[in-house]
Amino acid sequence: MFLVPDIVVRFYHRMASPPHFYSFTKKIMPWLVVIFVLLTGAGLYGGLYLAPADYQQGDSYRIIYIHVPSAWMSLFIYMVMAITGAIGLIWRIKLAEVISISSAPIGASFTFIALVTGSLWGKPMWGTWWVWDARLTSELILLFLYLGVIGLYGAIDDKKIASKSVAILALVGVVNIPIIHYSVEWWNTLHQGPTVTKMDKPSIHVSMLIPLLLMALSFKFYYLIALIQRARVELLKRERNSQWVKTMLAEQQQ
Amino acid sequence: MSLAEFFAMGGYGFYVWTSYGLTLIVLVANIVIPVMERRQFFRQSLKQKRK
Repeated sequence: MFLVPDIVVRFYHRMASPPHFYSFTKKIMPWLVVIFVLLTGAGLYGGLYLAPADYQQGDSYRIIYIHVPSAWMSLFIYMVMAITGAIGLIWRIKLAEVISISSAPIGASFTFIALVTGSLWGKPMWGTWWVWDARLTSELILLFLYLGVIGLYGAIDDKKIASKSVAILALVGVVNIPIIHYSVEWWNTLHQGPTVTKMDKPSIHVSMLIPLLLMALSFKFYYLIALIQRARVELLKRERNSQWVKTMLAEQQQ
Repeated sequence: MSLAEFFAMGGYGFYVWTSYGLTLIVLVANIVIPVMERRQFFRQSLKQKRK
């Protein structure tokens, strides 16, 4: 092997070992929480207080600071779930399977938040809670995909088989991701087009853009925190008969 | 800006604060549920061991 990759390979092997993951994530958790709190505080202060009202939408647009980051997370987490699912499927890495299934409820939550806050934003601006346009419909399908993954995993007792089945379902559902992203360009939707991820220049003022990006980053850290919490429980349950869990239980008993 | 003005959100207070409130509830639940599950796992495992 090359000189550098050997260290990298060893790092991945260590990270993929359940007991190491369990103790490592416990150590970094306080730092993740501190970064999350700072980002959220700055993002909300900038978004709800410092940023001016929109010249067309007034203060209702402030829903953007949770709506757009949630929608971004709903897509991002789905990709993490599908990719780690594929890694688990191909290389049978237990930690990848655990990260994949632990992502599902968090992704479903962000999809739910994106849909509900979108509805609460649509009512005063569009005059309706819901329309069956391409963006809204494909995002609703994403929620059903997440719920399908959670339901399927719960329905199969053998968690090895459950992980494989769920990974295949998640991979098939990936086709929905570009549809959601490009829906506002491919179809004539009531949902507005992109304002931030435009190639030329974002059509949003910098005083509104900075809090939006802070909230997007804050949600990334939230995902890490919530993911670690779920993954640790899932690992414990799956590894309940392994030596490292037994040792930990023995220590707890004293 | 007064506090009342801040909460009124230019007449959109209901929509804005319902959005933020619901988000808060969902995000807190996603942390509380696994923490409770972990505690339950330790409780059950220790109980089984004593038998």
